[in-house]
Amino acid sequence: MNVSETIGLDVNKVRDSFPILHQQINGKPLVYFDNAATSQKPSRVIQKLVEYYEGYNANIHRGIHTLAEKATRAYEGSRESARQFLGAQSTEEIIFTRGVTESINLVASTYGRKFLNKGDEVIISGLEHHSNIVPWQIVCEEKGAKLIVIPVTDTGEIDLSKYKSLLSDKTRIVATNHASNSLGTINPVSEIIKLAHERGSMVLVDGAQAAAHLPINVVELDADFYCISSHKMYGPTGVGVLYGKKKLLEAMPPYMGGGEMIKDVTFEKTTYNNLPYKFEAGTPNIADVIAFGEAIAFINEIGKANIAQHENELLEYAHRKLKEIEGVRLIGTAKNKVSVVSFVIDGVHPFDIGQMLDARGIAVRTGHHCTQPLMDRFGIEGTVRASFAVYNTKAEIDSLAEGVKRIVNFLSK
Amino acid sequence: MKSIKEIQEEIVNEFSLLDGDQEMTVLYIMELGQKLDEMPDRDRTEENIVKGCQSKVWLTARLDGDKVLFAADSNTAITKGLVSLLLRIFSGQTPDTILSAEVDFMHKIGMERFIGTQRSNGFAAMMKQIKRYALAFKTQIEVGQ
Repeated sequence: MNVSETIGLDVNKVRDSFPILHQQINGKPLVYFDNAATSQKPSRVIQKLVEYYEGYNANIHRGIHTLAEKATRAYEGSRESARQFLGAQSTEEIIFTRGVTESINLVASTYGRKFLNKGDEVIISGLEHHSNIVPWQIVCEEKGAKLIVIPVTDTGEIDLSKYKSLLSDKTRIVATNHASNSLGTINPVSEIIKLAHERGSMVLVDGAQAAAHLPINVVELDADFYCISSHKMYGPTGVGVLYGKKKLLEAMPPYMGGGEMIKDVTFEKTTYNNLPYKFEAGTPNIADVIAFGEAIAFINEIGKANIAQHENELLEYAHRKLKEIEGVRLIGTAKNKVSVVSFVIDGVHPFDIGQMLDARGIAVRTGHHCTQPLMDRFGIEGTVRASFAVYNTKAEIDSLAEGVKRIVNFLSK
Repeated sequence: MKSIKEIQEEIVNEFSLLDGDQEMTVLYIMELGQKLDEMPDRDRTEENIVKGCQSKVWLTARLDGDKVLFAADSNTAITKGLVSLLLRIFSGQTPDTILSAEVDFMHKIGMERFIGTQRSNGFAAMMKQIKRYALAFKTQIEVGQ
């Protein structure tokens, strides 16, 4: 990322566009640091939902009336926005899903079922969210394939040399996240993909934690599948994208059957619709998809370079402030991280820290963050995780540090 | 020995002094936990874990004459504090009193507001376990007579 391209960010102006941020929690101004779970939504995204329901709610695609046409145009407009956002070549490669979890399940259940055979191997990283573990476990069990895990280093990074040694002619699928939800580690996906392709394996990238923070270009990455969730990128819940290379999507059987995904149906035989509709059975989540387009526009207008610069400053500041507190141990100290800080304090349960911070109006997440194997790797039950977005400030990090200090002092007395 | 009703009233009064200040409430609850008698390591076993709690809670009970004495511990400070409130109410009462007790102090101190639904379930699990112990001891006493 070229820092000279950044034009700076007026964080107060950004904050003004998020209505939810201007409230008190337990008598204190809300500090929202649970962005890796879901980010807040700017007014323009919320407004888009209202506009749709008040102005042109209609079922899309086959309607001939004006409202249906308007809704279809808006819906397909979001698909084009998502295509540009990911750098994909065609909107045929952009499948709307409910989110990353559904996107991964779709690939595991269709590509996995069709192309995995007994003795084949699926490689995942040790940093994965349960949603990028369990779907592969299910299909591996069904097909007699083997699930292999790339070990994680003490800094919370994928061990690349181990990865190389795990790749073999038996490898059919490699699944990894672009950035870790628990630790923030940015994985070298470009290299992971290149190495997998050399062995003839396809690669799925879970981009849930990367989408709102890092530049993404699926063609440059040469990713076979790339998954994102709207709600982690200032958009509504219940929408995600599965990007897939056209030739792979064409070779895959459908995931769900129903309306939208068919060309012709008789009781004897059904022919399936073209891409991307083949994978979009039923009435889709029209309103949220349309508002997701607005969320992409929001990110584009601020600019990923500006977002990254701002968030990196917050990340460094948070690391520094937390390290000053006695007993704080950061989990995940990779050089390249998105704006996620995970930490533990010896002798203090993450839950207590979370409660204490909530009493001060600060929202963090505590627990295993749906990455139990990763917590096991570090020999801990869970962490306290603060994750930052474009609207967060250093003053908020000061509040976080103060809250943590308060509980440490209290419990150590 | 104060009645279960009286102890609950006492707790409600103490919490009302905190005036709804969440931070003070959290700290107060943790302080109560710190004052709880230490549970011996040998009792922190898998069998003594109360199922249904989000954090780990160990609960043991023994009969002393006609009174049930409880001991408990938790791996989180806040839960330990909340558990200590239950022990204060029930430890030293007879099985019959425990079984017929109506517990309503949690609503009065607005506990649900700051412990969340999952923990409220854990609290219900604790209550159930306490009553289960009381029932077992009641049977034991009756059989012994």
